[in-house]
Amino acid sequence: MPDTLEEVILKNRGITFHFIKTDKFKTISLFLKLKAPLTKADATKRALLPYVLQSGTNTYSNSSALRKFLDDLYGATLFVDLQKKGEYHIISISMDVANEKFLNDRTPLLEKAIQLLSDVIFNPKTTQDGFDKEIVEKEKRTLKQRIRVVYDDKMRYANLRLVEEMCKDEPYSIHVNGILEDVDQINEKNLYEYYKSVLKEDQIDLYVVGDVDINQLQLICKQYFQFEDRTPKEIDKNLYRQSEKENVVIERQDVAQGKLNIGFRTNITYGDSDYFALQVYNGLFGGFPHSKLFINVREKASLAYYAASRIESHKGLMMVMTGIEPKNYDQALSIIKEQFQAMNNGEFSENELEQTKAVIQNQMLETLDTARGMTEVLYHNVLSNSKVPEEVWMEKIKQVTKEDVIQVGKKIVLDTIYFLTGQEG
Amino acid sequence: MERIQYAQLDEELFYEKLPNGLEVYILPKKGFNKTYATFTTKYGSIDNQFVPLGQSEYIKVPDGIAHFLEHKLFEKEDGDVFQQFSKQGASANAFTSFTRTAYLFSSTSKVEQNLETLIDFVQDPYFSEKTVEKEKGIIGQEIQMYDDNPDWRLYFGAIENLYHTHPVKIDIAGTIESISNITKDLLYECYHTFYHPSNMLLFIVGPISPENIINMIRDNQSKKPFKDQPEIKRFFEDEPETAAVREKTLPMNVQTPKCLVGIKSPFINQTGEEMLKTELSIQLLLDMLFSQSSKNYQNLYDEGLIDDSFSYDYTQEQSFGFSIIGGDTQDPERLQKEIKQILLKAKSGDNFTDGEFQSAIKKKIGTFLRALNSPEFIANQFTRYKFNEMDLFEVVPTLERLQFEDVKQIVNNFIDENRFTVFQVVPKSK
Repeated sequence: MPDTLEEVILKNRGITFHFIKTDKFKTISLFLKLKAPLTKADATKRALLPYVLQSGTNTYSNSSALRKFLDDLYGATLFVDLQKKGEYHIISISMDVANEKFLNDRTPLLEKAIQLLSDVIFNPKTTQDGFDKEIVEKEKRTLKQRIRVVYDDKMRYANLRLVEEMCKDEPYSIHVNGILEDVDQINEKNLYEYYKSVLKEDQIDLYVVGDVDINQLQLICKQYFQFEDRTPKEIDKNLYRQSEKENVVIERQDVAQGKLNIGFRTNITYGDSDYFALQVYNGLFGGFPHSKLFINVREKASLAYYAASRIESHKGLMMVMTGIEPKNYDQALSIIKEQFQAMNNGEFSENELEQTKAVIQNQMLETLDTARGMTEVLYHNVLSNSKVPEEVWMEKIKQVTKEDVIQVGKKIVLDTIYFLTGQEG
Repeated sequence: MERIQYAQLDEELFYEKLPNGLEVYILPKKGFNKTYATFTTKYGSIDNQFVPLGQSEYIKVPDGIAHFLEHKLFEKEDGDVFQQFSKQGASANAFTSFTRTAYLFSSTSKVEQNLETLIDFVQDPYFSEKTVEKEKGIIGQEIQMYDDNPDWRLYFGAIENLYHTHPVKIDIAGTIESISNITKDLLYECYHTFYHPSNMLLFIVGPISPENIINMIRDNQSKKPFKDQPEIKRFFEDEPETAAVREKTLPMNVQTPKCLVGIKSPFINQTGEEMLKTELSIQLLLDMLFSQSSKNYQNLYDEGLIDDSFSYDYTQEQSFGFSIIGGDTQDPERLQKEIKQILLKAKSGDNFTDGEFQSAIKKKIGTFLRALNSPEFIANQFTRYKFNEMDLFEVVPTLERLQFEDVKQIVNNFIDENRFTVFQVVPKSK
């Protein structure tokens, strides 16, 4: 029997707790998620904020003091990151702490970790002007670096450039780490103002995964995480831009391998009834080593090492990516288009359909073998304001028919072709 | 089947060595959905000079052949094994390192069937001239992908600097030129030399019954006529202790410079407990000197010399070992000087304390526990440890036994300026 995913949800005014009890891990994981719409005005501040928060509190006044505390807590980890989920900009602050039952030293560790997480959120290092100026300046420097460095990794760069071109006039084009030119407008005061608004307005969820006593845990969590009531801001989901014709963007740089990235609009998002058929569509088209893209671009034509597609569930995009010899652009592009056409003509067998469904279900179950995976799966429901339990998810995948997949294909539109290529030719 | 219990960790390991020499380890994991299995040969990119099975003279094979073989093993006369795995709801993969080639799958159903597929495809090679030629295009693109990746070039550039002759300096995938010399016959020669069960280890971790699994494996193996194989003869040229190249800079299409300091390890030909102790001691040293809680990290960060790309690690195998420290930086010259200075001060034990040592041990124990959440970690690391005659589950007891003075002694032997190197990637001047 597969392990099922069950969460105890408890709303406590401005925060929702999600407790997932499981004894399969040797540590306990905490994920605090802050959700707000992705906007040009706030993105850069938002990208900076969690890094400032983790750099020092009024209890542990600098990063090394805070890290020293974590080391002594048997190497507890504290990790912040940002994600774009559709047009929401999510801050995650994650901790992971050893379950002391596996240690010689049985001193309880979880409450100390929760206390630290609460300290990071509510008690960051401040002066009378707001945040600590030195910390903010250092983190601005690192943020600029984090934005710039994408240029140096051509796979990420090509991916980012495609989104930039494709979603030009939409919030989704904003980089997850914000806008380089906006970093210098941030200071310890305006960032502190923004921080206060985040605490007041964001949708806030805390996930705790591990071998925990839920009754005891909820008392502790209520004590350490108190937020006022709020009505979180929602985005308008129906902001699809209709592309009239294919947009082709060719960019030249000093590279050996060309990166061909192609963006499609699926016009389907998480929570839609045909979302499951879209998953299967993507699986047949480019999600796996048995998919059309891998077989035809890599195995048959020997054009590439990687050739795959993935979907952005909350924005309704499907992205194809491959790395090829620059001179093979036309051939690779025409194979990809042919395979897209073949999908829409229903040129796949019942066997391939079943195989793809089996692999998708397998992937889902595997995701549930990590605490982060469990949290991400459950958080989809928060993001989409829906409630799809994992068993239902599995069942819905099973029910997808060939006809459903073909119907999905009718909604998918090629939007932008982006090619990063060498300087010659 | 032997049964080994680790009460403190609440884990249980089952072990059997089959008549053909194959070592099998099974770790049941309750509560997990997936089963993860690796089938690994002690054969990696460094094994490029050896006596082929049934012959008497050493030969030298083209760079990248172990990795090429890994790719080609997936292809059979009737198609591609990836297909077979996905029909059975599994996902399969493989990787080649300096010292190992591992084939693996994970699945949440049809575990025994998938395991059988894994064992059978690895033990039944099918190479033809036609498919070998076709693969050259695919691997060529893999090589170009890495050629454009500055972090990859930086890391392997530093290793290349450290070694005079040892094949660890050669790219795992080889070059487009070197793989052009690979033929089907050479692949078979490598295969027959290194893929005998006595040179391999099978590790299975997941919600499984050890008895059923071992029965299936025994059954499968007893049907295959493996002959006993003599010990494999590998050859490595003499390698001086010093770093071959002290400094090198590679201009690339990047905006931010990158800099790594490499230290070549003097500890070679270690195995077992001694090796585990050395490896852990040096990892603890690096934690004390460079982790986010260290004074050095804080200083370098405050000075704007490092950012969150900064990292460090230490790896040791039987014939080589090295440590790599660094990341993106605005000032590679200053950063390399600072890192070297921190290391040289540590030689005499001046810049770390017993208190920091105790914290580093606590941190390492917790980090190890966290790693046990991952079936991938357990299978891959257990195999690596075993190939070096170490026991992964001895990490915590070994850490608990380590004495500050012993670590200081190891550190003193480890650090020597003659074994340092610096590798930089810098923006191309326009």
